[in-house]
Amino acid sequence: MRAEFRAGERVRVRTVDPVGHTRVPRYVRGQVGRIVECQGRWALADESAAGVAEPRVEPVYTVAFAAGDLWGEGGHEVTVDLWESYIERVRKDGA
Amino acid sequence: MSGEHTSVPVAARVRRLEERLIEAGVVGEEQLDQALATMLKGASPVNGARIVARAWTDEGFRRRLLADANAALPEVGLSMAGGIQEQRLKVVENTATTHHVLVCTLCSCYPIGLLGPSPSWYKSEAYRSRVVREPRAVLAEFGLELPDGTAITVWDSSAESRYMVLPRRPEGTAGRSEAELAALVTREGLIGTAAV
Repeated sequence: MRAEFRAGERVRVRTVDPVGHTRVPRYVRGQVGRIVECQGRWALADESAAGVAEPRVEPVYTVAFAAGDLWGEGGHEVTVDLWESYIERVRKDGA
Repeated sequence: MSGEHTSVPVAARVRRLEERLIEAGVVGEEQLDQALATMLKGASPVNGARIVARAWTDEGFRRRLLADANAALPEVGLSMAGGIQEQRLKVVENTATTHHVLVCTLCSCYPIGLLGPSPSWYKSEAYRSRVVREPRAVLAEFGLELPDGTAITVWDSSAESRYMVLPRRPEGTAGRSEAELAALVTREGLIGTAAV
């Protein structure tokens, strides 16, 4: 599986609220960030935790978020490690 | 969610879980002890300090460390392969205008092998929830006052990557040996809550 997203691309974190284990911190759900780099490929933690025999192996990205977008204030940046299925491309019209 | 891993109820729960796994034949008592011993053997901030001192004194190593830390670690006799699987290590470098600080908001991800067991505040809910929101204020409470112009990046570790901060080399340390430089580096410096 090739990495879908490239450094500099803007992505939105999916807003799903799964019942079981997930590695999407709540504070980034629905937020738009910038791909910093692809870290490598690992088994999707949500499926490993659920005992799926052959969990999906996906690229994991470092995604940077502006504090102003997350909290409405602050000049810093927060980076979060996110599996590919946690994020989607932001369309040119911003939707 | 537990803010304090060393609490008695949590320790009791961990022990019950270990006993269930042993009863079910998933793992043996000796195997468990051995795995823990292997993980903690040599786990110390001395390792991280050695990496930093080498990076301060060897420009080629510094570049290789920042580009691919896992590939550079064997040069100082270290690796990230101590656990169940080799973890990725990303080293982030502080400069005159940028500062990095580490956290794990979901639990307590942290490079134990290089930094030693994590401090209790690293696992506290207060640190985890506040440092992503107001890092400048949290760092000031640790005694680290950053100039207004310094760009701050908070690294929230939630997958297979572990992070380590490469602090700035203190002024006035020219001519010091690698061992003398390593002695200046603290665990807090490697997390980013202290300057060095």
